[in-house]
Amino acid sequence: MEAAVVQPPHGQPRPLPDETLLKLHELMLTGRVLEERLIRMQKQGDGYFWIGGPGEEAFNVALGMLVHRGEGLAHDYLHLHYRSSATLLAMGADPVDALRQMKNTATDPYSGGRNFAGHASIRRWNVAPISSPIEVQFSMAPGTALAQKRYGGRGITIVQGGDAGTAEGDFATCLIWVSRPSNELPCLMIVTNNEYGISTPAATQHGETRISDRGRAFGIRSKTIDANDAEAAYRELEEAMDYVRTERRPFLLEARVSRLYGHSSSSGANLVKGEVDCLVEIEKKLEDRGLRSRAELDAMRAQKTEELLAAARRVIAEPQPRGHTVWQHVFAERDVVTQNPIPCDNHGGGRRQPWLEQAH
Amino acid sequence: MATQVQAVRMALHVGETRHGVTDIFGEDVGPPLGGVFTATQGLRTAWNSPLDERGVIGAAMGLALAGQRPVCEIQFGDYAFNTIDLLKLAGAMHWSSNGDWSLPMVMMTPVGSGIHGSIYHSHSFDAQATRIPGWKVVMPSTPYDTYGLLLSAIVDPNPVMVLLPKALMRVKARPGELIPGEPDDERVLSKMIDAPLGDRTLWRPEWPETPDVFIPFGKLKRLREGRDVTVVTYGRMVAICERVAANVAEEGIELEVIDLRSLIPYDWDGLVESVSRTRRLLLINEDTEVTNFGEHLARRVTDELFGVLLAPPRVLAGKNLPGIGLSDELEKASVPQPDDIERAVRELAATSFDRGRGPSPRARPAAPTALAPSDMDHREAFARAYAVR
Repeated sequence: MEAAVVQPPHGQPRPLPDETLLKLHELMLTGRVLEERLIRMQKQGDGYFWIGGPGEEAFNVALGMLVHRGEGLAHDYLHLHYRSSATLLAMGADPVDALRQMKNTATDPYSGGRNFAGHASIRRWNVAPISSPIEVQFSMAPGTALAQKRYGGRGITIVQGGDAGTAEGDFATCLIWVSRPSNELPCLMIVTNNEYGISTPAATQHGETRISDRGRAFGIRSKTIDANDAEAAYRELEEAMDYVRTERRPFLLEARVSRLYGHSSSSGANLVKGEVDCLVEIEKKLEDRGLRSRAELDAMRAQKTEELLAAARRVIAEPQPRGHTVWQHVFAERDVVTQNPIPCDNHGGGRRQPWLEQAH
Repeated sequence: MATQVQAVRMALHVGETRHGVTDIFGEDVGPPLGGVFTATQGLRTAWNSPLDERGVIGAAMGLALAGQRPVCEIQFGDYAFNTIDLLKLAGAMHWSSNGDWSLPMVMMTPVGSGIHGSIYHSHSFDAQATRIPGWKVVMPSTPYDTYGLLLSAIVDPNPVMVLLPKALMRVKARPGELIPGEPDDERVLSKMIDAPLGDRTLWRPEWPETPDVFIPFGKLKRLREGRDVTVVTYGRMVAICERVAANVAEEGIELEVIDLRSLIPYDWDGLVESVSRTRRLLLINEDTEVTNFGEHLARRVTDELFGVLLAPPRVLAGKNLPGIGLSDELEKASVPQPDDIERAVRELAATSFDRGRGPSPRARPAAPTALAPSDMDHREAFARAYAVR
């Protein structure tokens, strides 16, 4: 792919208030330290697999800060992917829960030890279960967005995936389904473009200049941004989200990001040289603006590292799930989303399954 | 005397008026057509989707996550194959989130052969469907069961697949199996709820008042009692097995014919009860025979009821072929035919292992299975086609 044709918003982004910039930074730092701890845990044998989003924190934190968090149609629905932990932190998730999922403990609130690190599920915040198959979230997103279009209000659907995943048919599905004439949906489609699919450079597989150009064919407002600049990422997201909230129409945002530790633990999870580091960039800004000194920044990092190390030591002592629990939740016995009662009492859904009974 | 498509329509009408169904959608599901089989005519919440099966399943999942009650249609089961990883994801939603989310959605799709549908309008889906844990799977064979199972699917908190035998879409209910509230005269019902030919813009259906009928999942239906062989089937094969049972009854072979109806969950207690009496089991369905759902039941019966069996359980299923050919001869050679079923039951009924338990009450000459010529043909043909070369 040729060098990114990145459109700056309006020249330089409008500076964020100091308070917002400081908050962005602190969350980005937590996100980075968390990913580094997760990588360390995996390498030390306290987890089977690591995948995450170090290098995307500027964008992902900004996204999490701007989400209308909550349960139900009035709030935003999130169809995220496995590089989204910083978004969840910015929404208020406890970083220790990410450690629990890495260690696959019974206390892991996202999956009870069933799923990989970075595969969250938080119904009380409309965060749909994150799954490993690439791009399937783009087929589901039109469903929540359709329900929100009917409902009205300012809640939107946010769906996020990587650049390589846009080759899957699900990406085209989303473009089609959110832009049906007279049925345009309030859906923010996000492609975080790190220019790789595992080991394969996008430039060797994709002929399109910008992924965001694909939105134009459907009349979807689209943009490619430099998401290594936290301030720009925040401003662009603010603008895109406001458009989707207000106009109840889709927006395709391609965010150019770095991938600082490669694809996952399967490719070594070692620091990659030559990529822009959004955390270094924001710290430069903070120093330039006199908001933080180098010594303060170093102290913050040291403190967070120490806290998460201590947390990891606690987490590895937490219990693992018991084998017989595999039989739990094969079927739902009630609708946990709407809490609707089942109107018949002779129903398979209301009865314990015989194989479940045997297991207990 | 409703047909299966009319039963689908009436259940969906009840679903959208009384049980919160918000969306009935899929390719050509909305007006003007109301479904290629007319199963969704006249419904308030029916709408047309893009021609995108993955989009249909994905949207249904998203709607369910957002607290809606979607019923989606895949126009032919043959076209559900490219949705399988989404179906897996739907089945995993509750489990993988450790109970955090539930996914109440219904997928219905016409399946099977019998209408000369050629290679891509004849596939069965029950073998695939029952291999996707987290889904409930039903396959009704009568309009009444279609009505009651579809309504149960609609109110279930899990993803439920309703497989509709496409050869039965226009088959009418038998006497005594009317949906409560439907008019006795089929012409009256047709006038009320079938869309007219031509311009339908001003047409509105007049729905009969039909009550809630929730047929529980995991309850088989015994259509005929018999002491010699339990024949377990579902879908299009049900009526065929009943005819075979009537034929062989004249020879003194008494078949117990069971319509399983609900594949996941299935009525194990009911199967145990029947097989314990007849001590012989024949499983019949149209799907291809390798890793067939009947094989699972045969394996479980062998594991758990081996001691009572007088003969090995048999599975009579579709031939293990890439497709079903268009010509009548090809179709007949691909899925079980009445003659095949008759041969299989005669053979089973004539088999009695000497199990060292003394003569069984109905001991017949112990004949280690003399195969009928066509069975020999099939076994040889299968062995040749799948030989290691």
